[in-house]
Amino acid sequence: MINFLKYKYLYLMISVSVIAVGLSFVFRFGIPLSIDFVGGSKISYSVNSKVVNLRTEALSEEQEKEMRANIDKESSGEAEILLFETVGPSVGKEAVNKTVIASILGVLAILIYIGFAFKGFNFALSAIVALIHDMFILVGVYAILSYYFNAEIDTLFITAALTTMSFSVHDTIVIFDKIREYIREEGKVNIENSANKALTETMVRSLNNSMTIVFMLLALILFGGSTIKFFIIALLIGTITGTYSSPFVATPVLVWLEKRKKK
Amino acid sequence: MKIIKKLLILILVLTVLWVDVPKNTVIFGRTINPPFNFEIKLGLDLKGGSHLAFEADTSKISQDDLQESLEATRDVIERRVNFFGVSEPSVQTLKSGSNYKIIVDLPGITDVQSAIDKIGATAQLTFKEEASDVKIGTTSAYIAFKSDPVLTGKDVKKASVSYDSTSGKPQVALEFTSEGKKKFADVTKRNVGKVVGIFLDDTTLTTPVVQQEILDGNAVITGSSTTDEAKSLAQQINGGALPVSIKLVEQRNIGPSLGAEEISKSIVAGIIGLSAVLIFMFIYYGKMGLISNLALVIYGFLALAIFKVFSVVLTLSGVAGFLLSIGMAVDSNILIFERIKEEIRKKKEMSIAIRLGFGRAIDAIKDANFTTLIVAFILFNPLNWGFLPQFGLVRGFALTLIIGVGTSLFTGVFITKHLINFFYKRAK
Repeated sequence: MINFLKYKYLYLMISVSVIAVGLSFVFRFGIPLSIDFVGGSKISYSVNSKVVNLRTEALSEEQEKEMRANIDKESSGEAEILLFETVGPSVGKEAVNKTVIASILGVLAILIYIGFAFKGFNFALSAIVALIHDMFILVGVYAILSYYFNAEIDTLFITAALTTMSFSVHDTIVIFDKIREYIREEGKVNIENSANKALTETMVRSLNNSMTIVFMLLALILFGGSTIKFFIIALLIGTITGTYSSPFVATPVLVWLEKRKKK
Repeated sequence: MKIIKKLLILILVLTVLWVDVPKNTVIFGRTINPPFNFEIKLGLDLKGGSHLAFEADTSKISQDDLQESLEATRDVIERRVNFFGVSEPSVQTLKSGSNYKIIVDLPGITDVQSAIDKIGATAQLTFKEEASDVKIGTTSAYIAFKSDPVLTGKDVKKASVSYDSTSGKPQVALEFTSEGKKKFADVTKRNVGKVVGIFLDDTTLTTPVVQQEILDGNAVITGSSTTDEAKSLAQQINGGALPVSIKLVEQRNIGPSLGAEEISKSIVAGIIGLSAVLIFMFIYYGKMGLISNLALVIYGFLALAIFKVFSVVLTLSGVAGFLLSIGMAVDSNILIFERIKEEIRKKKEMSIAIRLGFGRAIDAIKDANFTTLIVAFILFNPLNWGFLPQFGLVRGFALTLIIGVGTSLFTGVFITKHLINFFYKRAK
């Protein structure tokens, strides 16, 4: 058995510093919202076999045609439309509201399910703490990416966030399931000991499992198409933080909560 | 019982393979096609096309007529869209919050501007004369009409619903303007015994044979089967426009070249990622890893078959959801193997370790996958609730994730168990 919980302040420090750096990017530079949320036009042309990406206010078909004619003239080539998307501002606002509702519903559903499955509020609460931790990491790291590589928050990012939520809980449950088993066998005498044993036994599985998902995602980033690159990167961040938070955030929080209850 | 079970698995595997076969595959000199022509359907982002969202202005329509008017608008748009000749266009009404939208998906269209114009256009009523050089053989023969209309909607003063005095069937009565009356008299005089076609947006409404010169400027369009249908037609002729006015609020056009490139890249990435997973599992878990790999390949074929049978539209994000679910499918196996290893470390016999390992892993697998399914269901929004996301991208991702997780539960647990039992009992 490895005493993983001995280093709980180290885990806390790692999490806090990553989140702090990420959030400082969020507050200093912000993350641009895509046209999905604020409206506007996104256009990709292929001009002289080079891809040009543009983002403008909402353009009509005619305005786009005019612009393309100008590009043709300037570049003395022919611009081919790869992608032309226009979203009206009202649509964008609606999308934000719906996404927020979906996220809240998702968290509530997970909370209720874990509460019932593990017959313990502390299990559910610690899983949610880890989940919120992952959200902060995801948004923070994405803000850094957006600063250097112009990543935007679009509906796909929201999808990645929700997937991270489910993945994070997925991973946490596997460890909690082990802890539950030890509690059943030995009672809640020494929760720290049970948690350490559970961590030791699930660590290989957690790492191996993320490894397979990371392989899949890395392949998509390196060899896949460009349109969903940032989506896959967001999923990768989510996978890594989801794997990290289960043993190093959810479990210490659970142990802390359980110990506090006893006092 | 065991034989029946094995037979069932064999039948399942064969059915799955049959469904997965691409069209016109030649095996041993025989051409094989999947049953019912099952095909993988690609979304707009993969094969190119246009996604248009129109917001309906429902402020001037009473609540009672709302649904009917929206449906009528949808029908008109669908009729207009069908003229573009694109394959499988889709026109849907969508309620989101208090707003109503009409979503038009046009795969493979290039001239988006003309599509948008035509969809939002004013309905055009035209009267056309029969092309004189074509003779009518039988009544069912194709009738050619002159391309220039002799009368248009501008010549019509009013259209209303009336009923045929003899049959009692509903019809639309047209009243012409004074100029239209004159034109109509001319046309009917010229064409006694011939056909004059009446069209709306190039759709043939009726092709009556002119019996005599009509001087009073009254014409009827027969062929409506219900009063509602006649009413809607009269409305369209009167207003000239769609029953509900619409405004374009969102459009996404994807050129065909982008999609094709994305598909081939995704396939390459999928193969590389999958190979990495297979190699990793073999190196780390040895023989058990091979079994898991076999289960994973079965999983791939099964999921593909499900996509085909339920004609799931594959989008780029859907492909990502599917690839992610592969990762989760492997997870079930890793959980089981780690548990089995644990039991073996406790010096349990192999067969007991396998049984215990499975039993213990099931709890975790069940809980973990269930939470993924909860989130996926909220994203997929199966009842199409107005307060949840209805974006195609997100739903495509959620749907393949649901199918993926569901299928992986089956292959990762059930199939793997049988494979392990099969190989380890043989070994003894």
